[in-house]
Amino acid sequence: MKFSLEWLSHFLETEASTAEIAAALNAVGHEVEGIEDPAQRLAGFRVAEVLTAAPHPDADKLQVLTVDSGDGQPLQVVCGAPNARAGMKGVLGLPGAVVPSNGMELRKSAIRGQESNGMMCSVRELELGDAHEGIIELPEDAPVGASFADYHAASPVFDVAITPNRPDCMGVMGIARDLAAAGLGTFKPVEVPAIEGGYDCPIEIRTEDPEGCPAFYGRVIRGVANGSSPDWMQRRLLAAGQRPISALVDCTNYLMLACGRPAHVYDLATLSGAMVARRARNGEQVEALNEKTYMLGDTMTVIADDSRVHDIAGIMGGAHSGASEGTTDVLLEIAYFDPERIGVTGRRLGLASDARTRFERGVDPAFLDDGLALLTDLIVTCCGGEPSNVVRAGAPPAKTKRVAFDPALTARLGGVEVAPDEQRRILEALDFAVAEDWQVTEPLRRHDIEGPADLVEEVVRIHGLDKVASVPLPRPANENGWGVARPTATPTQQLERKLRRAAAARGLNEAVTWSFLPTAQAEHFADGERLWVLDNPISEDMKAMRPSLLPGLLAAAARNADRGLSGSRLFEIGRRYFRGKDGASDERATLGVVLAGAKAPRGWSSGKAAPFDAYDAKAEALALLEAAGAPIANLMVMGEAGDQFHPGQSATLRLGPKNVLARFGALHPATLKAFDLEGAVMAVEIFLDAIPAKKGKPAFARRAYAPPALQAVTRDFAFLVPTALAAGDLLRAVGGADKQAIVGARVFDVFTGQGVPEGHKSLALEVTLQPGDKSFTDEEIKAICDKVIAAAAKLGAELRA
Amino acid sequence: MTSDNEQKIAATLERLHGTQDLAGIEAIRVEALGKQGWLNQLMKTLGKMSPEERQVEGPRLQGMRTRISEALDERKATIEAAELERRLATEVLDLTLPAPEAPAGSVHPVSQVMDELAEIFADLGFSVATGPEIEDDWHNFTALNMAETHPARAMHDTFYFPESDAVTIPASSSEAVGEKRRMLLRTHTSPVQIRAMVEQGAPIRLIAPGRVYRSDSDATHTPMFHQIEGLVIDRDIHLGHLKWTLETFLKAFFEREDIVLRLRPSYFPFTEPSVEVDVGWRDVDGRRALGGDGDAPGHGWMELLGSGMVNARVIEFAGLDPQEWQGFAFGVGVDRLAMLKYGMDDLRAFFDGDQRWLAHYGFSPFDQPTLSGGVGARA
Repeated sequence: MKFSLEWLSHFLETEASTAEIAAALNAVGHEVEGIEDPAQRLAGFRVAEVLTAAPHPDADKLQVLTVDSGDGQPLQVVCGAPNARAGMKGVLGLPGAVVPSNGMELRKSAIRGQESNGMMCSVRELELGDAHEGIIELPEDAPVGASFADYHAASPVFDVAITPNRPDCMGVMGIARDLAAAGLGTFKPVEVPAIEGGYDCPIEIRTEDPEGCPAFYGRVIRGVANGSSPDWMQRRLLAAGQRPISALVDCTNYLMLACGRPAHVYDLATLSGAMVARRARNGEQVEALNEKTYMLGDTMTVIADDSRVHDIAGIMGGAHSGASEGTTDVLLEIAYFDPERIGVTGRRLGLASDARTRFERGVDPAFLDDGLALLTDLIVTCCGGEPSNVVRAGAPPAKTKRVAFDPALTARLGGVEVAPDEQRRILEALDFAVAEDWQVTEPLRRHDIEGPADLVEEVVRIHGLDKVASVPLPRPANENGWGVARPTATPTQQLERKLRRAAAARGLNEAVTWSFLPTAQAEHFADGERLWVLDNPISEDMKAMRPSLLPGLLAAAARNADRGLSGSRLFEIGRRYFRGKDGASDERATLGVVLAGAKAPRGWSSGKAAPFDAYDAKAEALALLEAAGAPIANLMVMGEAGDQFHPGQSATLRLGPKNVLARFGALHPATLKAFDLEGAVMAVEIFLDAIPAKKGKPAFARRAYAPPALQAVTRDFAFLVPTALAAGDLLRAVGGADKQAIVGARVFDVFTGQGVPEGHKSLALEVTLQPGDKSFTDEEIKAICDKVIAAAAKLGAELRA
Repeated sequence: MTSDNEQKIAATLERLHGTQDLAGIEAIRVEALGKQGWLNQLMKTLGKMSPEERQVEGPRLQGMRTRISEALDERKATIEAAELERRLATEVLDLTLPAPEAPAGSVHPVSQVMDELAEIFADLGFSVATGPEIEDDWHNFTALNMAETHPARAMHDTFYFPESDAVTIPASSSEAVGEKRRMLLRTHTSPVQIRAMVEQGAPIRLIAPGRVYRSDSDATHTPMFHQIEGLVIDRDIHLGHLKWTLETFLKAFFEREDIVLRLRPSYFPFTEPSVEVDVGWRDVDGRRALGGDGDAPGHGWMELLGSGMVNARVIEFAGLDPQEWQGFAFGVGVDRLAMLKYGMDDLRAFFDGDQRWLAHYGFSPFDQPTLSGGVGARA
């Protein structure tokens, strides 16, 4: 909300400077978003009189003026305006003044050889309007030598943000009351004139919707002339950012901005029959003042006569019955509308207005008669006319709220000691009635006061939040008193932190991608789960909640490829969103990895760029699972990574047949096509919620261990196996052949081709045997080797000769 | 005989000096010191000598042997050194060629800052709580004192799920049975306050970081961003504690002692009194950097976070007795804190996954925030 200092001083007697007022506004909770000070901008401009005007000797379009600027000594000024002439009064910018429109500083200079000591200004140069035909002409009585800012009554304009709980401050009067309470001056309540109606109101007013419109007051004024409003009013409205329209409309806007009280003026000639506040009928239509037509419903309150709807109550008037140039007789409406209902109607219609903003937050129920009297007075002053008696239908809510207050609560909740007398003074300055026993009755306009805490807020904000001293939060104590801070992270948080840094340490870059995806992408990764799809997405690309972390990472990898980056190694730790029990959401912590483009760029040693393959994905999956504390040795590599993956180059890692801890591998070409990705792309998804928690109490001591004293022995075996036999199966069989002695088995060669029969492959294994407390004998080693060969044979593996 | 031997030695040493390879040295060694070598033959004559003669000849011959064998070793070492030098001279690598690259990974600024905050607040005894991002409107609004018709609800730019996704409170629940709750994306982390109070009771000290959503998108707003919520509920917590906590946290986070706060009265439905918190900034190379009194010349105030004393109705909604329990809550943007501390200026880049941006603004995995090392990671 914007208002000028000049308007504020109408309600507040104060000596405070602009800066002091701004500080006070911030301090009491009306955040100052800007201050515009025209006096500063107009510094150095004065009212001046042109004494003589003569043609410039060397320029056709210029004149040389002598100007009286009030200093006694006439100044010579060169001027290009055709309307400059002897005897006129205008605005002179002196050397040093800065022209508001272009920021240029005026200087003493010579123009075509003639000395010039300033500039006579146009309306546009001073940013007072658009006119630029010639210089400003001031009335004859303008005092020569006066500062133009003073003459123009330029007043600083404050732009403040009013919080939604304070509709009473959506008018200058309310702000003045707050400032006065904060000690900035004396509040000058508005003087409500006593208006004598000359005749009975000729139009009937009723409310048939006492819930939506409990009170509807009005009166007629006959014989008004709707011209333009007076200068003083226009100046205040303009400062508030409100364009003057016509005197009648300006008067209602003025009342709203001055007192926070919206009102409406109907052209009596457009009405027929009684004006009734009632529910709209479903499907009823009205063209509002903004020239848009609205379809109404039966939850909405309207003001209508026999023929049509004239007003969407409390939100916007109708186009047909508003005041126009030819209006002579008017009906004034001052009503009280139910805030909640106004809000619902406004949202349903998608219609915002200054009136709605105030009504839906709650106007002052005690200000109907006063508001009507003030509006009548304004209109009669500006437009003339004969007011009727007032008619009143219904009554506004009048039930006052009382709060039992304990002034000690201010210190207990607000953390600042304020003397009870001062607390009483503050509350009373804000119009609260404070009884001897601290029963506090709030003014009706303060809809926001619900309980004692609200009164604490009133006291503290007026007393000054800056007086609240910092008090250390007691350090959390344990049974033994103060101590070292305890660990606070949950196991899930610890797991995520560890994994994040493990992934980064492996050369992956952490990304944070949107939780929502284009529906098609989400469906591609849904695996049969029902998705969460937004009703009102910001765009179609952000519509469905992700069932996988991979689409977001793939889209990021695609963007990186589009930027010409050779490769992406991205990971993200975040949630996937599924349906849980009872319709709630089931959000599962997940880690996703995408490896796209070149694993290593072309280098001098190999010459070729290396692409990623599924083993890179496996390496990430296992390393990260290990970092997560999963029992790596017990994991099984199984199929069914999902349709999104290459069927022959992807797998799941499971603990038991059902519990899938991760999936990894190369993505399916169809997936890559959907993301416009070229070349092979690898992915890993680790389901953090599937990783079994460590059993038992956390312990620090490791399992006892001493490195074996005796050296391990290795033996190599080359097996001929059917092509389809998984190397992992052979390794597991071999490793299990003698669990005591065999501590490791690794594949060191995989070969097909010459010497290997069709349908077979050769797998070469290195088996490590660890002796216990004495070395193996040759016989013992042979026995173990025989067991290895026998175990392999069960899988159809044959020792190569 | 003596001079004869001396001549032999001189000749041997001279030949040795001219020898350029190890084979030549070996030949000389065999000739002199080998089984059939002349010096060895001479040594054998010692046995036939009288003790007096032997006493003279023994040490002399031994001395000759030592001289030759030392000369042999010395020459051998010289030749070996020369050979090694020659070989090394052929083994030159161009070490200006690049070494094999190990890609450097990074931690996202949002994660880093969340870790930093968790560290700071752990020291103040705040645990970390989480809650669902897909929330119901009771937890996101109603329980936070925003009734269905509350104007503040409309100001939240909420993403909703269809009416058909609404949850119905089951008959077994003690809360409003059969009540329908609309599902939405949480607009703030505040619903975690409610869940924590309901589940843990009081007293309570927690922070709740996480993703939040508003249907808003422009240069400074993204439809998804991160917030951190703070909540303290106890018996005698007041605004002064809130002020101290915020000061302490911001000083620790920015590692500056000159952080100055300005508290302004404000309005949030879930707090009463409500306080908006500005932080003083000063100009550093054309950027607003936090620190210093905002009222000092050339300085200013920056709105940073919203806070207040938890509204008694919220405490009641969460099932606690507001006569017994009171406390404060605050909420602050994590992305915003990251930008202010580490100097990014485009929020949208946070969520783009540009590898170059991640590598530049991301953090080394080894920059784990610790209190003893300072939670911030230096540039």
